[in-house]
Amino acid sequence: MNAKHPGRKPSLDPLDLVGIDDVLSDEEKAVRASVRQLCDKSIDPHVAEWFESGELPVARELAKELGDLGLLGMHLQGYGCAGMSAVDYGLACLELEASDSGIRSLVSVQGSLAMFAIHRWGSEEQKQEWLPRMAAGDAIGCFGLTEPDYGSDPGSMRTHARRDGDDWVLDGAKMWITNGSIADVAVVWAKVDGDEGGSEIRGFVVPTDTPGFSAPLIKHKMSLRASVSSELVLDGVRLPQSAIFPEVRGLKGPLSCLNEARYGIIWGSLGAARSSFEAALAYSKERVQFDKPIGAFQLTQSKLAQMSTELNLGALLALHLGRRKDAGTLLPQQVSVGKLNNVTKALEICRTARTILGANGISLEYPVIRHMNNLESVLTYEGTPEMHTLVVGQALTGESAFR
Amino acid sequence: MNIVVCVKHVPDAQSERTFNEDNTTDREGVDGLLSELDEYPVEAALQLVDAAQGEVTVLTVGPDQAADAIKKSLQMGAHRGVHVNDAAIHGSDAVATSLILAEAIKKIGDVDLVLTGLASTDGTMSVVPAMLAERLGLPQVTVASELTVEGGKATIRRDGDVASETIEASLPAVVSVTDQINEPRYPSFKGIMAAKKKPVETWSLADLGVDAGSVGLDAAWTTVESFEKRPPRQKGQIVTDEGDGGTKLAQFLSAQKFI
Ligand SMILES: Cc1cc2nc3c(=O)[nH]c(=O)nc-3n(C[C@H](O)[C@H](O)[C@H](O)COP(=O)(O)OP(=O)(O)OC[C@H]3O[C@@H](n4cnc5c(N)ncnc54)[C@H](O)[C@@H]3O)c2cc1C
Repeated sequence: MNAKHPGRKPSLDPLDLVGIDDVLSDEEKAVRASVRQLCDKSIDPHVAEWFESGELPVARELAKELGDLGLLGMHLQGYGCAGMSAVDYGLACLELEASDSGIRSLVSVQGSLAMFAIHRWGSEEQKQEWLPRMAAGDAIGCFGLTEPDYGSDPGSMRTHARRDGDDWVLDGAKMWITNGSIADVAVVWAKVDGDEGGSEIRGFVVPTDTPGFSAPLIKHKMSLRASVSSELVLDGVRLPQSAIFPEVRGLKGPLSCLNEARYGIIWGSLGAARSSFEAALAYSKERVQFDKPIGAFQLTQSKLAQMSTELNLGALLALHLGRRKDAGTLLPQQVSVGKLNNVTKALEICRTARTILGANGISLEYPVIRHMNNLESVLTYEGTPEMHTLVVGQALTGESAFR
Repeated sequence: MNIVVCVKHVPDAQSERTFNEDNTTDREGVDGLLSELDEYPVEAALQLVDAAQGEVTVLTVGPDQAADAIKKSLQMGAHRGVHVNDAAIHGSDAVATSLILAEAIKKIGDVDLVLTGLASTDGTMSVVPAMLAERLGLPQVTVASELTVEGGKATIRRDGDVASETIEASLPAVVSVTDQINEPRYPSFKGIMAAKKKPVETWSLADLGVDAGSVGLDAAWTTVESFEKRPPRQKGQIVTDEGDGGTKLAQFLSAQKFI
């Protein structure tokens, strides 16, 4: 029985088999519809080409368009941000990633990593300077945590900031930084000497035109090709005192941001999976072998039923965690459960979809292989499955197995 | 400039559409939406007001769910909504619908321009704009694929099969627009949030001074006698190219008025 329309007979939607849409509000559906329209118009017609050429030639124009809709930093309040809910943000991530994980990554890094970091940890001056431009898509941000030698273990990072008079001087290198080469501003995490000896991690807001900063493009990727990945080289980058995040110290700073982005991935990964499922379902009805549509064979139906079931379970988990986030009760360990499950399952769905398409499963004429390859990045960035497994393991046993 | 845009809530063409026992369109049992052809006059109105100030009022006649059509228009940027909703309206034909719209527009008052879509995507009668203009005693300039308003005049371009006409009308006027006139915007997040606080008035027939007996199924000049499902799609016609394929293709397209 449909709660909103009591007279309405429930109907089956193959893309929403268990009817999760019924528990979304009209506004949430409107948000989703607007994002889908933007994707239909400005992303889907071009994204296979961007992926194939390994370039995002229109990143600036696209950022502006995303900003006009309100997508950039959409779940933040004030400073020109749209102030939407966590569920709205999740639904947006899903639609974006149904187009391409690379475009969703652009939006996640901008909103959940760079803007969130400044919004949560920045000084009033830093917020005023950057957030309105970033929300509008006039300035692009990146987030530098990972280094060539330290990924899962960022606490051991080598990038270093030393005091020189009133200034800070940054030296080091960051690796695999999304949006790096096109960014106007980089949030960079670095070690500084602590007050009582030792060292602690601090965050810096680095305008990318500061002398000593460069961001060479990383090439030869087989995944997330419609996304800019870069190295950040910090060679004596001199910054004023006002560039440092005033309060936050230690890994808590970057981890709080990662938690935001991971939340978006719980939803986003389902978008890639939905798109692949949709392609496989349509293909299974059209492709005839042995005088039957391949969707009429039990083996194909088994695959489709499995894919659809996982898609629905993942969506329920995402929505549940989203409602918790809006209620302020979402814990990082719960985000780990979501990321671990949904990305792993999304990747399986894409791989199964790829088998249904036969040879066409590896063609860029269909979205499936693109999503599948993209998810290989999504699987290990923002915490590898092993790291999230260890987080869950520790939550269950109380034993840390990281070292 | 104050603009009223008449919009209709229609069953979603993507879902299974059915009829009620009295042969009227089932509007309860299916998902509905703002008629896609009505997004164009909303966009046209917003563009005019963006350039010259004023207010856009969206007006709809329909049952409870029709409020969604107003909501969508408000999310796009319209300023306020008027929803005429009355059980007696059920089954109204175009004649009665135009009467209700005309009375509502009179009640809204101070209107410089009335915009409508080309047709509703459910009834596709395309007669309401003309009837409405007649009832309001206003110039009707229909099927506009371009619209400019300047110096108290509306100028439209109407594209026909063989020629384009430019037509001018003094304001206030009723203008219906095609899907060629613009590319409707999709609501921004700010628009979606702002729409929650925009005023929507709901009027009954009594509020408009319209006699319930003059509208509804019983008063309709036309009735739907019966309906049947569209037969399954026929096999297409295959033309073998014997050197004249291009000519045959052109003939076919021209016979269908595609070219
Ligand atoms: C396309 C792309 C975009 C990215 N964007 C950004 C960005 O914008 N900003 C940013 O800072 N980073 C970014 N990253 C980096 C990403 O976050 C890291 O790749 C990720 O954290 C993993 O680090 P690593 O690659 O160094 O792998 P490693 O940490 O070297 O891990 C290698 C393997 O060892 C396993 N492993 C490590 N430690 C343990 C342990 N204790 N127990 C069991 N197994 C273990 C890992 O799970 C993994 O399987 C991006 C990466 C990619 C591919």
